[in-house]
Amino acid sequence: MSSPIATIGDLERWQDRVRQAGPAAVQVAICMGTGCMAKGAASVLEAFRREIAALSDGPRIEIKQTGCHGFCSQGAIVVVSPPEVFYRDVRVEDVPEIVRETALQGQVIERLLYVDPVTNKAHCSPHSIPFYARQRRLVLERNGITDPNSIEDYVAAGGYSSLAKVLSEMTPEEVIAEVEKSGLRGRGGGGFPTGRKWRSCREAPGEPKYLICNGDEGDPGAFMDRSVMEGNPHAVIEGMIIGAYAIGAQQAFIYVRNEYPLAVQRLENALAQAREHGLLGSNILNSGFSLDIQIDRGGGAFVCGESTALMASLEGKPGEPRAKYVHTVEVGLHGKPTLLNNVETWANVPIIIARGADWFASIGTEKSKGTKVFSLVGKVQNTGLVEVPMGMTLREIVVEIGGGVPDGKRLKAVQTGGPSGGCIPTEHMDAEVDFDQLWELGSIMGSGGLIVMDEDTCMVNVARYFTEFLLKESCGKCVPCREGLAQVLEVLTRICAGKGREGDIELLLELCDCLDDAALCGLGNTASNPVRSTIRYFRDEYDAHIRDRRCPARECRGLFDYQIIAEQCRGCGVCAKECPAEAISGERKKPHVIDQDKCIRCGLCFAACPFDSIAKV
Amino acid sequence: MSETMHADYLASIETIADRYGRNPDFLIPMMQDVQTAFGYLPRDALEGLADLLGIPPSQCFSVATFYKSFSLVPRGRHTITVCLGTVCYLKGGREIAETIERELEVKAGGTSRDGLFTYEPVNCLGACALAPVVVVDSEYYDHVKLRDLPRILKKYREADRKGQ
Repeated sequence: MSSPIATIGDLERWQDRVRQAGPAAVQVAICMGTGCMAKGAASVLEAFRREIAALSDGPRIEIKQTGCHGFCSQGAIVVVSPPEVFYRDVRVEDVPEIVRETALQGQVIERLLYVDPVTNKAHCSPHSIPFYARQRRLVLERNGITDPNSIEDYVAAGGYSSLAKVLSEMTPEEVIAEVEKSGLRGRGGGGFPTGRKWRSCREAPGEPKYLICNGDEGDPGAFMDRSVMEGNPHAVIEGMIIGAYAIGAQQAFIYVRNEYPLAVQRLENALAQAREHGLLGSNILNSGFSLDIQIDRGGGAFVCGESTALMASLEGKPGEPRAKYVHTVEVGLHGKPTLLNNVETWANVPIIIARGADWFASIGTEKSKGTKVFSLVGKVQNTGLVEVPMGMTLREIVVEIGGGVPDGKRLKAVQTGGPSGGCIPTEHMDAEVDFDQLWELGSIMGSGGLIVMDEDTCMVNVARYFTEFLLKESCGKCVPCREGLAQVLEVLTRICAGKGREGDIELLLELCDCLDDAALCGLGNTASNPVRSTIRYFRDEYDAHIRDRRCPARECRGLFDYQIIAEQCRGCGVCAKECPAEAISGERKKPHVIDQDKCIRCGLCFAACPFDSIAKV
Repeated sequence: MSETMHADYLASIETIADRYGRNPDFLIPMMQDVQTAFGYLPRDALEGLADLLGIPPSQCFSVATFYKSFSLVPRGRHTITVCLGTVCYLKGGREIAETIERELEVKAGGTSRDGLFTYEPVNCLGACALAPVVVVDSEYYDHVKLRDLPRILKKYREADRKGQ
């Protein structure tokens, strides 16, 4: 199929043709997300290719490279259908057996199955695994099923039908009305009503209009957008074309982080395919509407996730934000009306058009509709990407989907919203997750990072970490952010070093007020959240650092000691060899001792001990 | 700089500038291409680029110093990226970064004296399930422990020795 799709009839005929080709008798889906790739998925893929090429007869086995399956802690992931069996931690040496037993004979290989650590039950089908069973996947629905490099796969699943519907049956006004009715709110973190933003941009005077997809996902601990761009790039593109039609833009940009090379590659490939098939370019589907989309790689600056900074970057300038008295929907890129939405927002658009605003609005809470993708990471059993309806409680997400905290540790807090968000303590685990609830708890939805922290995490140090992050990323344009954050960091650093003073907490809060009121952009305005929320919920930890010079979580170096547990020590000498301060002594095969006066508390012995015989006290 | 080198510089910079229609809006992608071509942003290359685009060289330098992915000095043969995103940080990334700084005697963005490694801490690679993560060139090392580091460094040192 290479002739352009000129009409909606062409698209429908193409969809029929791809569907008729039908799936192969057996399908082997291999996750090619960044997580699984790092665990050797590329070699596993090669091994499958070799093994299957060597077969002389038997059923046709199709190898499918898919986007991220989401269950990243289990990589490399392979799903063989039928019987739709989910294999985890697959290595090259497992491949011949998988082909022989499962692909050819439908036999399940027990040792590669996922075993629920709570119930000890092995699961064959991905649908029965609690991690997946409790999710509601809309945006991620096709991740793990379709090949992100194949437009045919996307089209066979009904892809670009929403675009066809919009171009043939709907006026731009009707598209905007539908998005407004759906209640969709911006998934980049702000939660601004998407439809209203579109309307403002459409009504803004000035030509040309621009459209931007913000893929500058910079929050540490967040990789939702990366997985959507890598796993289902056509969904983002289709959403963007629909948006451009609605506001009347002819040029669009996807701004992707430089740290995401795979996303850039998949998007470039998808754009080329869409152009080749006439779904991008001039006179799309014979509607008279034309659009082109171009990719820009960011230069590695967190602040470029902020809309005005991103637009400055697109103009070839340093990414410094400007004050937003005048909104970017009116005066944006090159001074023209510009509509900017986040990757996940764009990916929701074709779904809303296909299934209707009413259906979409039936999911979620009163003011937050639809689903939200979170990257569930940190001190949690099941790390990965999860998509849940708005309004699910934190406890359901962390405990039921995430499997709780590993190693029998105690859950202490959940951090949402990246460096602009806050830490929510265990007593609020039953809060429903939506834009407004999280705001009330002193955090934000953010783009969807959900970082689980256990008893070993020091909350003062968490605040210090985020402040240091933001200070490094501050563009330096406005004084409150450039200088204020430096002062916040100085105070937090001295508290973590055991040199805090009475009155430091009040000083921090005062600095936070200044940032809230006076910083130029969202980076500075929200920079106080990590500090404020940890003071609000974990003030006793601040007090312990300041008054008792102790770190209750035993994380802040110097505020706790390392000690060898004599009963457990086997006298192997590994710790003494590792110690850079020569603080450890002892006879071979006898318990060793740390000289606390010499110890620099670097933690190397703790990490090196093969018998876990060193304790933090 | 010799005349012939200068001609080479100009030729490759012209190719890059032409790729983007010599439009200064595309300064960042052009500079990314220059960095890919030379391994870093040589002063002459930036001045040449500014000249071609009709913009002041200071604009190139302000962009080069603003964005983290640009380097104005030559880089090592291998880039060691240590993720210091929240999850990696919580799971021991900080100790890994400190150990690498000590072992290679470098600071962030610096290159070891033997020219073998450039050390780049980054905010998040989005591979949180693998935390803590170290990436050398494009090879990922997951769940890295302090005791794994000597082995990782040795691998590149030995490969380099054999290659010479």
